[in-house]
Amino acid sequence: MKYKRDPELIRNVLGKKIQFILGDIAIVYGGLLAGCSFFGGYPITPASEVTEGMARMLPRVKGTYMQMEDEIGSIASVIGASWGGAKAMTATSGPGFSLMMENYGFAAMTETPCVIVNVQRTGPSTGQPTLGAQGDMMQAKWGTHGDFEAIALAPSNVQECMDFTVEAFNLAEKYRNPVCVMADGEIGHLRERVVIPDEKDLKIINRVPATIDKKKFIPFTSSQTRNSKVPDFPTFGTGYHTYVTGLTHNEKGFPATDKQPDHEKLVKRITTKITDDLDKLTNVEKLYLDDAKTVFVTYGATARPAESAMEMARAKGKKIGMLRLKLIWPFPYKEIQKLASKVDEIIVPEMNLGQIVHPVREYAEGQCKIVSAPKIGGEMHLPHELYKYLEGK
Amino acid sequence: MPEVRTADKLNKKYLREEMWPTIFCNGCGNGVVLDYAFWAIEELDLDMDKTVFVSGIGCSSRLPGYINADGLHTTHGRSIAFATGIKAANPDLNIIIFTGDGDCAGIGGNHLIHAARRNIDVTVIMINNFTYGMTGGQLAPTAPLGSIATTAPYGNIEHPFDICELVKALGANYVARWSVTHPYQPIKSVKEAIQKRGFSMIEFLSPCPTAYGRRNKLGDIKKHWKWYDDNTILIEDYNKIMKYGTDEEKEKTKNKMQCGVFQDIEKPGFFEQYEKLVERLQEKQVKGGKK
Repeated sequence: MKYKRDPELIRNVLGKKIQFILGDIAIVYGGLLAGCSFFGGYPITPASEVTEGMARMLPRVKGTYMQMEDEIGSIASVIGASWGGAKAMTATSGPGFSLMMENYGFAAMTETPCVIVNVQRTGPSTGQPTLGAQGDMMQAKWGTHGDFEAIALAPSNVQECMDFTVEAFNLAEKYRNPVCVMADGEIGHLRERVVIPDEKDLKIINRVPATIDKKKFIPFTSSQTRNSKVPDFPTFGTGYHTYVTGLTHNEKGFPATDKQPDHEKLVKRITTKITDDLDKLTNVEKLYLDDAKTVFVTYGATARPAESAMEMARAKGKKIGMLRLKLIWPFPYKEIQKLASKVDEIIVPEMNLGQIVHPVREYAEGQCKIVSAPKIGGEMHLPHELYKYLEGK
Repeated sequence: MPEVRTADKLNKKYLREEMWPTIFCNGCGNGVVLDYAFWAIEELDLDMDKTVFVSGIGCSSRLPGYINADGLHTTHGRSIAFATGIKAANPDLNIIIFTGDGDCAGIGGNHLIHAARRNIDVTVIMINNFTYGMTGGQLAPTAPLGSIATTAPYGNIEHPFDICELVKALGANYVARWSVTHPYQPIKSVKEAIQKRGFSMIEFLSPCPTAYGRRNKLGDIKKHWKWYDDNTILIEDYNKIMKYGTDEEKEKTKNKMQCGVFQDIEKPGFFEQYEKLVERLQEKQVKGGKK
């Protein structure tokens, strides 16, 4: 149904300003606050609570919730809804994320704003459905075929589940790209205190609609009204008669599949529209980096035991610090380079066999020692397990 | 005297001429089906600013590109799921989906059955040419027994899919099948399908002389059209023969593909129901509203 964001209605449905809720539900809250008006989902542990929360709340704010027939249908409906003018999202976990990969690339190629939440569980395959992991971090970047630029955020607590979902919508709308919220089963199923931001403190970005003369409008080129590589959005039904295709297309949107320059021009624009803004996008938390000689580079749930291990070590006078990546993709390589130039060692704890340690190595190699600290099997690192990496420092 | 409408005038009005020439081969039926759609759209005086054409992958899925309107050319088999989202975001839009038998009945079968079951308010035009034409003539799930395909070089041993029977069983509001050899009925049928609330679907039997015909002794388009004449029958005629015909007539008729309107009913469409649900919730808006 045609939707208009109604802050009063949304806040009425969300309830009290301070609540003690599940990470998955905080994602629902974030979506509602951002003005999400379409959710297409499919049940999957440990993301089902997002889908259930949307089923309860979205109709009450006059948005549309649909349980689709599978995850391929979920992401497809989300992309369709976005072209119909909705801010749209879906939520899933590993197996569903794998199913979404083709249309994830379609969203990137067609410059469709949308949000995909992945509450990660262990894999490969069905793995451990109820247990958390961080095994899909590289899939968010490389999972679909061909060249594109991913945008992905990784929440470390329940408050961030809400805040990063709002942020994911903002980035999706600003860059006209799919944006992933790479949560994990640990955070998704954790209950914590959250504070719902007041309307005046909420930053909401909406896509720039096409407004110029219909005959002069060019749908797939740098904006004709702003200094931006992101084109203005010709919502279906507004008379722009836009043809949207996953085929390599020219500026008019028409298939242009047999010439090298057409493809290069398109793909370079849709990737550099994001990477050009790396400095603006970079979002990290720095703890004790002024004096630290050994540093954890962390993200998501793993940041929590790493922070505890760091505090244990600092209590004993060790010079330990932490760099927490809130935005994983595009990779904040400048922060890693800066860090590597002043520390002796970077330790990368992850709930996988070593994924984000690879780009860390790519940018820090030769400048400091890089250690991967993996743990798999659906259990978080315990602080003392990570502390072991700090002994002798 | 009213203005005479000709195919040429319709083409000028509705085609996106910048996209010409088309990718279609000589003898392809896609243009015929597009023509039916244009006539229906013209007679309905459909607002092309409020009509979105959606498709998947395959030759027939290229049709939206040739229409001067909003078009979404999606991934293989997924057009109906994409269309569901568009309609959800803006129920005022007319959604017409062009898809093929491989796209719709093969890879996209799951989306088709659930959209039909939910009675999603879209119109699906499935162009069935018995083959995967764009990729060079592989075996389609609709291919008649014995058909030769690049991936069935010794003849098809799989039973073909009767999509109309399936969609009818799912309770869709409108289900019809025609062949491109039917001159006028399809136009009326496309009009009915577009006007119908809830899920509507028309299957068109349509020749692919290049990828299917050549391998099945139907490369000559006249032969291909004759095949449709010989192997299709109107539903009414089929029923009459099955009731009153001789055994010989029944034997000759029983395997023919029936054409006509299989189902024309009025059940509320999904979004109509959804709107009622939202209204119901607004009326009894629960206070506090946590979980």
